[in-house]
Amino acid sequence: MSSWPAYAAVGLGSALGSSLRYLVSLASIAMLGPAFPWGTLLVNLVGSWLIAAFAAYAACRRDGHVARWQPFLVAGFCGGFTTFSLFGLETLHLLGLGRPGLALLYVLLSVPLWLAAAWLGDRFVRRRFG
Amino acid sequence: MLLMVAVGGALGGMLRLAVSNLLARLAGAGFPWGTLVVNLSGALLAGILAGSFGVPHGEAAAAWLFLVIGVLGGYTTVSSLSLQSLALWQSGRHGAALANLSLTLGAGLALAALGWWLGGGVL
Repeated sequence: MSSWPAYAAVGLGSALGSSLRYLVSLASIAMLGPAFPWGTLLVNLVGSWLIAAFAAYAACRRDGHVARWQPFLVAGFCGGFTTFSLFGLETLHLLGLGRPGLALLYVLLSVPLWLAAAWLGDRFVRRRFG
Repeated sequence: MLLMVAVGGALGGMLRLAVSNLLARLAGAGFPWGTLVVNLSGALLAGILAGSFGVPHGEAAAAWLFLVIGVLGGYTTVSSLSLQSLALWQSGRHGAALANLSLTLGAGLALAALGWWLGGGVL
């Protein structure tokens, strides 16, 4: 896992994931305004669904063909697409703007939804391929 | 501008892989220490940068896009946090799953606030 092809695959996947996260965030601000970080909430949900779906798929199909995509898709794309540091900054930013209720809502909404998305991704694949 | 995010994201993702591998070797694979260390250190650094330079309103500078949206955004991760917490829960390690989530959330937000303060920002 620590060989250079793994680093190259993770770097490429993370570059794509991060770029897509930035575009989603720009689109969410253009469509829904900057008052609430909808973009980050959305990428973290979709990324949690995807990573769990891929992990379940890899567990169902135990061949090297699926595992070969793991560094690019999981550590690379899903890792770069989702973000915890921006989630933290956005929470603090809402506090700094004098919106503690919105900051609390963001945290209390995010965590159960991340987990629910991962659980749904896992279940979706296991029902079809398990 | 998108290129700044992409290059930063590539660097951040590779750094996350290096830290995760190191932590797995040092602390074992029983608990996702790598993701925890990545998210806590990334939250602290993001706080320091936000405190020092201020959170941009509207168009962000190239340095912000590279360092914060790219490197730190790509370095930290929610997908692994969700998957690893779910896996701990499903394997019956409910306490470890809850500890992983509450440590990440509690310490992550506290470290981001500490960084913000260290960077000279006002909350």
